[in-house]
Amino acid sequence: MTTYEVSTVVPEPRRPWDHSRSTLLRVAVLVTLSGVFGWVLNTVTGLSGFLGWYVGLAFAMPVVAFVGSVRHGWNMASDRVATAVITVAFAAVTIPWVSIFFTVYQKGSKAFHSKYLTDDMRVTPSSDIIQNGGVAHAIIGTLIMVLIASLIAVPLGILAAVYIVEIKGRFAKLVRFLTQAMSGVPSIVAGLFIYATVVVLFGGFSAWAGSLALVILMLPTVARTSEEILKIVPDDLRTASYALGATQSRTTFRVVLPTIASGLVTAAVLGIARVVGETAPLILTASYFVAKSTSLNEPIASLPIYIFSSLGLGDENATTRAWGGSLVLLGVVFILFAIARTLSTRLARK
Amino acid sequence: MFRGFVTSCALFSLVVLVMIAAFLLYRGFEIFSDFGIRFITTSKWDIGNPEDTSTAVLGIGAMLVGSVVTAFIAIVVAVPFAIASALFIEFYAPRLLRTILTSVLDLVAAIPSVIFGIWGYVILLPLVEDWSGTLYKYLNWFPLFDVQTPIFGRSPLLAGLLLSIMILPIVTSVAREVYGQAPRDLIDASYALGGTKWAGIRAVVLPFGKSGLVGGAMLGLGRAMGETVAVYLTLNLVFDINFQILASAGGNVASLIANKFGEATDYELKALMAAGLVLFLVTLLVNFFATVIVNRSRKIV
Repeated sequence: MTTYEVSTVVPEPRRPWDHSRSTLLRVAVLVTLSGVFGWVLNTVTGLSGFLGWYVGLAFAMPVVAFVGSVRHGWNMASDRVATAVITVAFAAVTIPWVSIFFTVYQKGSKAFHSKYLTDDMRVTPSSDIIQNGGVAHAIIGTLIMVLIASLIAVPLGILAAVYIVEIKGRFAKLVRFLTQAMSGVPSIVAGLFIYATVVVLFGGFSAWAGSLALVILMLPTVARTSEEILKIVPDDLRTASYALGATQSRTTFRVVLPTIASGLVTAAVLGIARVVGETAPLILTASYFVAKSTSLNEPIASLPIYIFSSLGLGDENATTRAWGGSLVLLGVVFILFAIARTLSTRLARK
Repeated sequence: MFRGFVTSCALFSLVVLVMIAAFLLYRGFEIFSDFGIRFITTSKWDIGNPEDTSTAVLGIGAMLVGSVVTAFIAIVVAVPFAIASALFIEFYAPRLLRTILTSVLDLVAAIPSVIFGIWGYVILLPLVEDWSGTLYKYLNWFPLFDVQTPIFGRSPLLAGLLLSIMILPIVTSVAREVYGQAPRDLIDASYALGGTKWAGIRAVVLPFGKSGLVGGAMLGLGRAMGETVAVYLTLNLVFDINFQILASAGGNVASLIANKFGEATDYELKALMAAGLVLFLVTLLVNFFATVIVNRSRKIV
């Protein structure tokens, strides 16, 4: 009878998917060497500031990576160089993003004072000191126009998606194609079109005209997003509904659409985020106003136009106001995005 | 009844597109009949005697060239960076970072163009002015970087760079989407043969995503050509055909419309409508090809 010796030594668990210490060390050496090279270039040549340093680093990194790995052969070297190039290029892409968010926050917050969000520019010229005036009129105007635009564009967009996914009609391909084509219409052309029709025919700039221009730009986004979301509704739901004797319209409105209600809200929110900062079409349709106004038949203020017109003046206080408006606008876009993201993750969990 | 209702709503986009073309043509028709092809070949904007429209000389040649030059700079700069970003997000970033970056990409794509414009005007302008000086100093023997008077400021280079930052998210999203659909088993096969990550990317992912990338780049091109406010703020409107990208002179069709709209005469307004029609048709054409290419690359999968 043979006895087997049972080993009681349990091997140390290893995590081969983690970066080993030597890899981390290699990366650290690579980045440090390239950073030093960038710094040397920075001090020796005319490349100045953070960007100059980064340019030096970006060029040094692939070279250092190559020198460090070429002894392992060509394949390894090309892989290391590619990794360095891709990482450096991606990091370069994020520099303007960080700069935009940072600058808007830093310069925009200077325009804020206790009544900035509740006052308008009725009695304040843009060059006046910052403590006077505010953006309330622009916020109200933007809200009104975006609300009217969504009331028209969201149902139309959802119905276009319903046509493509539920009805699968003869023109389904055409409708999808046209929606995509429509998303490429330059915003100024949408403005020009509304100017040529609504503004000219109904006598003058108005909040109505502005909203209609936004409808053109909002519709494609809503239609595309709703289409993607409608596609995830399982066919079982539809067949079950038909089996109970429901018509197609009942199935669509009572079963399919309620199932993805939060997804449709996401579509609407993304559409709003797309148009809330549109400037060019509003120049041609809603024009410009300085006081709080809720009249739909007259020119109305909006956040993008507030930024644009303040910037055009060249005055220091006016420019600060433009940054303040940018901060508010960016904040609005942020909030809309947060809403869309929360709703769509909730839908995904379902 | 239900079908008819939904169908008519769905065809709303067709109605809008046709109406845009029809109304712009209707309002701008006089210009096309007065100038014909010269409207898009000459580059002069002179309303002459406001009482007498026959003295006017209006042509958007320089603006069309400007649109192409700025959009071209934007594409040339944005596409390599978009490829790198898409590869980084899809293949190099850890999973957590990847989900964050996809959201950030969507967010950046939604930053309003007026904010890009003000950032470009205040932050990017002095930087590009500085770089232009250096480029001019060392490379002025190259026709592209030559200027008559070394004043740089609001040049096609600045507008092009700003546009490249603006279109990067959309090109990256499309590229990321097609790269993500590259056949996983082929990449794994490349690993199994001892290939490196880059070998897999070069042999499988890049060839697979080529046509999708072209489509994404064209979508970006359409965006860049139709951009108004950012270009308005970062490019001096000058009616000369200008290929010297450092000179502070240029313009594109969209910024021309925004620029001249405020104090335009009736006749000039008609010319702006005609310019809008030209812009509409050009972007429609670019987007048409982009959509066809992107859709075809999706179908292969």
